[in-house]
Amino acid sequence: MEKFRANLMLCAGTGCVASGTTKVREALQEELKKRGLADEIKIVLTGCNGYCAEGPVMSVHPDEVFYQKLTVEDIPMLVEEHFLKGRPYEKLMFKEPEKKTAIPLMKDIPFFKHQVLRVLRNKGLIDPEKIEEYIARDGYQAAARALTEMKPEDIIKTVKDAGLRGRGGAGFPTGLKWEFASKVQSDVKYMLCNGDEGDPGAFMDRSVMEADPHSVIEGMLIGARAIGAHHGYIYVRAEYPLAVKRLQLAIDQATEAGLLGKNILDTGFDFELGIYLGAGAFVCGEETALMRSIEGRRGMPRPRPPFPAHKGLWDKPSVLNNVETLAQISPIILNGAEWYRSLGTEKSAGTKVFALTGAINNVGLVEVPMGIPLRRIIYEIGGGMKKGRKFKAVQLGGPSGGCIPEHLLETPVTYEDIVATGAIVGSGGMVVMDDNTCMVGTAKFFLEFTADESCGKCTPCRVGTKILLDMLTDITEGRGTESDIETLQDLAKDILSTSLCGLGQTAPNPVLTTIKYFRDEYESHINDKWCKAGVCRNLTTFWIDEELCKGCGACLRACPAKAIIGEKKQPHKIIQEVCVHCRTCYEACKFKSIKIMPAGFDGDPAVLAKAGEDAKGGKA
Amino acid sequence: MPRLTIEDLKKIKERHKAEFTLREGGYKAKVTVHMGTCGIAAGARSVMTALMDEIAKTDAEDIIVTTSGCAGLCAREPLVTVEIMNSPPVKYCDLNEEKIREIFREHIIGGKPVEKYALVVGSETTY
Repeated sequence: MEKFRANLMLCAGTGCVASGTTKVREALQEELKKRGLADEIKIVLTGCNGYCAEGPVMSVHPDEVFYQKLTVEDIPMLVEEHFLKGRPYEKLMFKEPEKKTAIPLMKDIPFFKHQVLRVLRNKGLIDPEKIEEYIARDGYQAAARALTEMKPEDIIKTVKDAGLRGRGGAGFPTGLKWEFASKVQSDVKYMLCNGDEGDPGAFMDRSVMEADPHSVIEGMLIGARAIGAHHGYIYVRAEYPLAVKRLQLAIDQATEAGLLGKNILDTGFDFELGIYLGAGAFVCGEETALMRSIEGRRGMPRPRPPFPAHKGLWDKPSVLNNVETLAQISPIILNGAEWYRSLGTEKSAGTKVFALTGAINNVGLVEVPMGIPLRRIIYEIGGGMKKGRKFKAVQLGGPSGGCIPEHLLETPVTYEDIVATGAIVGSGGMVVMDDNTCMVGTAKFFLEFTADESCGKCTPCRVGTKILLDMLTDITEGRGTESDIETLQDLAKDILSTSLCGLGQTAPNPVLTTIKYFRDEYESHINDKWCKAGVCRNLTTFWIDEELCKGCGACLRACPAKAIIGEKKQPHKIIQEVCVHCRTCYEACKFKSIKIMPAGFDGDPAVLAKAGEDAKGGKA
Repeated sequence: MPRLTIEDLKKIKERHKAEFTLREGGYKAKVTVHMGTCGIAAGARSVMTALMDEIAKTDAEDIIVTTSGCAGLCAREPLVTVEIMNSPPVKYCDLNEEKIREIFREHIIGGKPVEKYALVVGSETTY
């Protein structure tokens, strides 16, 4: 086998590919060749590294140096400096947001330092398109053990003892699910994987499928052995082309190697696995709807019971597990339940992957032990708020989740504690919002999504989400009435308790949590016709405080509507009839002299005095 | 790929051990070839090639090779620093292909520093 002195692990996840991995790779190859280093230094394309915001990223081994924002132009210098002369190239290193000092080693960068990798254990370490590399990292060892040394009961007991709970959102104990299906007698059973990741902003499952497809396949193989299934499907949305490609390649390789198909590893066990492409309907992430979709019918949920463990796909006993759940199975089998329980809490064991995004410095994929407080994820791993802005809320669980305010940031991330706030852990979307966010608008955004994605089978969800959305639209456009908040809450509770499936049962959560924690915003929208964040156009007046205005002209130059007038060094003025409420001036002003005031504000000093601190000008 | 047995899984893991030692860490010896302009001019390139060749021939799995800039003693280039885990690093100077091959066999594999080529014991680089 060829020997290389260094491996360049270049991220080829969807994010980094979009930022230019392919061209960077070509340039690297070219330059290494030119410098005579092509036989010494190997480029390995890996799956998602997690630090997507600064892509394309690359880690260099054995030096463990981490580079970000690679460009074709930087490659010649990088190769000459680091790979030829051995001087790590500072320009492309991670820099701390405040101090601007470079941190060369991956293990010292806060974003990576505080993570614990189990699901993402092979992240950035293997080429996901080569089965040998997965095997080299103990791949399929757990399957071998499950097929030879363990009885199905042993597998189920181990997974139950580990306390693994479904990572798709609901948190149902995985071992218990397997046990139900294993006890049902049937000639045909199905082992299914839910890769229909649909929450806006969430990409945990996509990253796992792209970066480590065999870990999902191995988890399914072990699950199939546990419940006695010989057929399986991975349901993945067609808009994840790279995940689909790598999964198919992995299935082909595993089949060729006798790790799928007939008589796996000469143990006599058969398991055939296929991919089913979903068309991207959110409701198909619901288990009964997903199964209907695989059957070729319209993806709609049906009442449970009967549960899929008894009557699932084609009315046969079926188990459906989430991608992240399945990726945890093989380390649990290899290392045991106790090992798995060494992280997390009593009821929420192990680790959870989050797609951390929004108004924070480090955006990307993070894996943390359960029980960690939200504040640590946002400030230590996420690097705190972008541009020093003020934290307002963190949204967990996507359209089924809720917004958690600042005073609850010490809440540990466990299924129980997060539910107590009104949000859910969900599949792992975590969107951080700053004080430029309108919470009524946030609730409206998620309701637009759920109202659109509601399949229409049951009335509470189909009609209810539409009414919620219409009411929220009225409030954000200035037509809210005093009784609206109560009506919203009543209706939300009705939808929660009467909808057929998880979509409707959770859809009102964004409304309920924003009312619970940000009721004052609803009230100022309705009563004062004032969106203090300056987002709802009908409910804001951008107004220049003449006492603070220096007449620098920054706003005048920035305004795309030519709505600002004023002489140099004289206070400027916004012509309200022309203003399109685009916020550009607000962001451009360096003296906080542009204030966000209620609709129809005309400079009335009484209103201004009453507004007080709330009318604080931007930007910080 | 032919059908695998459980034994094959272990063999594949063994076969990739060297590469994953590189990626995951946990190596026994680290060899640093000083590749400043002075080093390259004095022949560090061929020293490096010879070193890589020796490693490939012996199938060694826990040795890593890295480069660094000028060591500050340009007159005695090519320079190489050999660090064996848990013993002090040794700097070698005035190297060529033959010398590095000897150092590889005696010191890196054998564990015994080659005194006749050594410049000094001890180094500014550490693990």
